[in-house]
Amino acid sequence: MLKRISALFLVGATALTMAGCGSSDGSGGSGGSGDGKITMGFAQVGAESGWRTANTKSVQESAKEAGVTLKFSDAQQKQENQIKAIRSYIQQKVDVIAFSPVVESGWDTVLKEAKNANIPVILTDRSVDSKDTSLYKTFLGSDFVEEGRKAGKWLVDEYKDGTDTVNVVELQGTTGSAPANDRKAGFQEVVSADPKFKIIASQSGDFTRAKGKEVMEAFLKSNPKIDVLFAHNDDMGLGAIEAIEGAGKVPGKDIKIVTIDAVHDGMQALADGKINYIVECSPLLGTQLMDLAKKVVKGEQVPARVVTEETAFTQEQAKQALPTRKY
Amino acid sequence: MSRFLRHRLFWPAVILAALLLLNLVFTDHFFSVEIKDGHLYGSLVDIVRFGAPLILVALGMTLVIATGGIDLSVGSVVAISGALACLRISDLGDQNSTGGVLGAVVLALALSLVLGAWNGFLVAGIGIQPIIATLILMVAGRGLAQLVTDGQIITVNSSPYKLIGGGYWLTLPFGIIIVAAVLALTAFLTRRLALGLLIESVGGNAEASRLAGISARGVLMMVYAFCGLCAGVAGLMISSNVSSADGNNAGLWIELDAILAVVIGGTPLAGGRFSLSGTVLGALIIQTLTTTIYSIGVPPETTLLFKALVVTIVCLLQSPAFREKVFHRRGRPTSARPAAEEKATVTA
Repeated sequence: MLKRISALFLVGATALTMAGCGSSDGSGGSGGSGDGKITMGFAQVGAESGWRTANTKSVQESAKEAGVTLKFSDAQQKQENQIKAIRSYIQQKVDVIAFSPVVESGWDTVLKEAKNANIPVILTDRSVDSKDTSLYKTFLGSDFVEEGRKAGKWLVDEYKDGTDTVNVVELQGTTGSAPANDRKAGFQEVVSADPKFKIIASQSGDFTRAKGKEVMEAFLKSNPKIDVLFAHNDDMGLGAIEAIEGAGKVPGKDIKIVTIDAVHDGMQALADGKINYIVECSPLLGTQLMDLAKKVVKGEQVPARVVTEETAFTQEQAKQALPTRKY
Repeated sequence: MSRFLRHRLFWPAVILAALLLLNLVFTDHFFSVEIKDGHLYGSLVDIVRFGAPLILVALGMTLVIATGGIDLSVGSVVAISGALACLRISDLGDQNSTGGVLGAVVLALALSLVLGAWNGFLVAGIGIQPIIATLILMVAGRGLAQLVTDGQIITVNSSPYKLIGGGYWLTLPFGIIIVAAVLALTAFLTRRLALGLLIESVGGNAEASRLAGISARGVLMMVYAFCGLCAGVAGLMISSNVSSADGNNAGLWIELDAILAVVIGGTPLAGGRFSLSGTVLGALIIQTLTTTIYSIGVPPETTLLFKALVVTIVCLLQSPAFREKVFHRRGRPTSARPAAEEKATVTA
């Protein structure tokens, strides 16, 4: 019985891997060509959200513009698929490898293999916890702590004239994930400077609308007076909006809402006045990635940490930005 | 009194009461139910409302487990059903047209039924172990849901669709009405007609049942199809509640919660016996636990530990062997169904 289960898991895993590798760019042939054209192997996490899809598109389009040959693979949120994809890039002798690690740990072996093959590695969007930082050239991605700080600064600014206590509830992302930890820390750092802000409840909504709604419903019942909601992503905020409306309150007025991400549905809610402020977490890092890749391949020095260019939106700015948003 | 104590549902009921009591102490207004905007509003209403999809999935799971099987694919069916319905509705010219929404709902439920029947075919027709047969759809189904949604979250803006999981009818949450209807129908079919007996006999010994003239295959096909349908309805509720379909996260791990609900309710995993009311109680315990965690403010880092503790206590209390040891009863209490007692041990 157990054997059969494990056999099936194996078959499933293999099938998934094949699907993952199968979706790599069909240009074929070996990379590392001598014609000066850069070949990049990019191992994406998956296509789990609109954010990620926009991220993929950005990388693919920028590669085309920059004249970089892109080999793309989708790991379907599984680390083993990503490791396999990276190993295959090493075998194909690509010029540079870029990837968004599914999880933080367990990358040392495969990164050492890349280093031994003299292929530089760039991390995008998410980092790894390897002690040996020489294993990768640079990490390009959002600064989640800064995003939390930006949300906090807006809050402080919004209530700068008042002296009354401001009751804040927080919807955290998936417990233990880097964005959840960092956004929470950044927000707290700014907000805790003023004692009038009180975080009266803080729970995980797993970054999903359904959980965001469920948790907010419970918050609304156990805390009669909530002034502000801080959600670690738009989706949880969108779920919470429904809960707030269900409780007969007006989101954006009775309860002010600040979220992070700026995906399309979130921006729409912001433009509609249901959200008050969104801190952008931009997936459009393709151009920056290609620039870094070129520098790294030439052997130029690059900073160990590059922050994605991103901004934040008020309701007015959302109305202007919406028609041209890519995601 | 002792008969009351020995009732199968006594200990789960005690746990539910204890959880509610915890809220009475730690949370203000937990038991207040008021009318807001013409519908019921309160924490207790929330428990039933958010618990509704789980109750449905667990009901289907109960019958499957009663036949000695298991269905791991319900979470994927939940995702597929919601995804398909939302995709159809988002394609509608007028998302608020009742006919269009009804069409989408019927289509999604039909697909769920087919997926359930597929499981039944693998189990009854080909004879694959249920855990393997349904594992296939559990893995592949998630991919199918992502294929339907294109990996994106599909947002719809349709008030008729919203009614299913997030709306109210006669001040009651519509989801609860659906659950009550499905529960009544299931109870009628299995407890008033012979169907329940057939299911239990197939679970007890499929071969003996076949020799006795029961179409074991037919019964198996039916319970898996029913389980798929229940998961489909739950999927509609979950996606309708947030007016969007999320192929990645909708119904994720709900199969485990459903199995837990069934087990807490006193249905043994070995099959041959089932309790619908126990399952409902089990699902309510799980949802009450979740809501309790949010309202008394257990820190997210320790949420899982807290849940694990409660579930362990429930399972231990459900075990007659454990109770005997702890409460120092002399000898086993004479029971009308010794076999049932023994099986309940397996449950824990």
